[in-house]
Amino acid sequence: MPMEKLTLSFDIIGGNFIAAGEASSATKAALRKIGLSNDIIRRVSICMYEGEINQVIHGGGGKAVIEVDERRVAITLTDGGPGIPDVSKALEEGFSTATNEIREQGFGAGMGLPNMKRYSDEFEIISKPGEGTTVVMSIRF
Amino acid sequence: MISVRLDPEKCRGCTICIKRCPTEAIRVRSGRAKIIKERCIDCGNCVRSCYYHAKVAVADPLSRVSDFTHSIALPAPSLFGQFKNLEDPGVVLRALLGMGFSEVFEPALAAEMISALTASKLGKNAPKPLVSSACPAVLRLITQRFPNMIPHVLDLISPAELAAKLARGRAVARTGLRPRDVGVFFISPCPAKVTESHQPSRLDAPVIDYAVSMSEVYFKLLPLMKRSQAMPRAARDGLRWAFSGGESRLLGDARCAFVGGLDNVIGMLETLDGEEDSELDYLELGACPGGCVGGCLTVENPFTAAARLRRLAAAAASGPDAGASPVEVFSQDFIAEQAKPARELIYTPTTILDRDVGRAMQKLRQVEELKERLPGLDCGSCGAPGCHALAEDVILGWAEESDCIFNVRDGVEYAANDGIYLPPPFRRRKDDEQAL
Repeated sequence: MPMEKLTLSFDIIGGNFIAAGEASSATKAALRKIGLSNDIIRRVSICMYEGEINQVIHGGGGKAVIEVDERRVAITLTDGGPGIPDVSKALEEGFSTATNEIREQGFGAGMGLPNMKRYSDEFEIISKPGEGTTVVMSIRF
Repeated sequence: MISVRLDPEKCRGCTICIKRCPTEAIRVRSGRAKIIKERCIDCGNCVRSCYYHAKVAVADPLSRVSDFTHSIALPAPSLFGQFKNLEDPGVVLRALLGMGFSEVFEPALAAEMISALTASKLGKNAPKPLVSSACPAVLRLITQRFPNMIPHVLDLISPAELAAKLARGRAVARTGLRPRDVGVFFISPCPAKVTESHQPSRLDAPVIDYAVSMSEVYFKLLPLMKRSQAMPRAARDGLRWAFSGGESRLLGDARCAFVGGLDNVIGMLETLDGEEDSELDYLELGACPGGCVGGCLTVENPFTAAARLRRLAAAAASGPDAGASPVEVFSQDFIAEQAKPARELIYTPTTILDRDVGRAMQKLRQVEELKERLPGLDCGSCGAPGCHALAEDVILGWAEESDCIFNVRDGVEYAANDGIYLPPPFRRRKDDEQAL
């Protein structure tokens, strides 16, 4: 029996706070159409929204790829931004490198990565200063 | 079951209703607008927008009143906004008795009870915001599309349902009749409340026997009102439930947003869906523009009706208590018990491509591929409300790719090369540029 797989991909534009969240909304709509449970969809939306916002704030934009197979939804977020020097520090709740300007706009509270970790079943960050950041998450059925 | 129907004689198969339907529940097939019943939420947008009056809202016949030994009229508060120069809602109540009803019970009173119960729930670990449960079209929208909002919906039945339960119970106790000899008639401003009366989403069985059309009752009331004296009436601020913002006003200082019109409701729910820590305490949502006064079974312009109701409610609140308020007749505990829903709302999506996730994914991929080949103009000529809808219809087997009028463009292109006139939709962009 051939494995069915669905791939969605989105380009995230850096610095555009108005359009931020559109990719996670589109993903949510697509996952509803294939009939995934609401709990799965909710977790995917949270993880993806947080990742999208990070790409908008820090990553200078990037790419979001969502793959669905019979076991899980995998989200891969890749950007060519400055990278994360200390990943474990970045995972602490409330730790943020966002500028004051960004914080004044209501973002950069230091909850993005912790929330992504909390709502996903598998979570991995691959990042080096100057080489961008890739976050891979999966939410299992 | 739905309460919106098509009059095939009047339908011309145009694209007006398919484009105005917020749940994309209408398709034109063989020149007639067909409703996909499981997607219809009875909002009435198609009834309001059809130029040819081909979409109609159907309600129950008023003649059923004579089937019962004792009949009770439940006039939705919007009824009192329909009459010019009405000074006292008691005149309408008396005229309803003149129409053949044995008694009248005002849903506006039940609305006041619901408001009091809602106020007591706000803040106490209640989800933020609590969402009004009064509009059945909104409830159906939420169960179809906004599963995250289901826990936010107020766990209270609607004022009309509460009024029906209280009125029947009181009538049975007073008359000694069997419950089924008592007929409860709701005078409805909209098809959604007609459907809800027949198939309540949160009760195990209907509590309203028949839901009749407000416009039908209106024309019967007019002559009777000329001859009627006012009778005591008790509703005050509950009259405000008929228009957008009225429900919120009864909640005092709570942070309320009131949203009328289904497009606005969808926008609001999309913003809130999945959001944590909302600043709102209460969300008053109504499918109709301006609130229930905008229902498509009403007669008067909704904003005029709202202006009248505001005046009537203010006069009632400052005037002497015109009648013994049933709020005092029923104990608070009894009301709270009666207002509890018997059933939870259940997420019932209507746009899943296949029951099997694997096949649904395959279909979604096919839909996306097909969308690439469609022009993206959403012209509606194929009978679907937009290209995305046609793409889904084709993959679901409801339509053909060749239903797209632009697919014939390639076939007729040779005609353009021969200098034969082609109407704008069939011209390539470059042809027009050259012409300009």
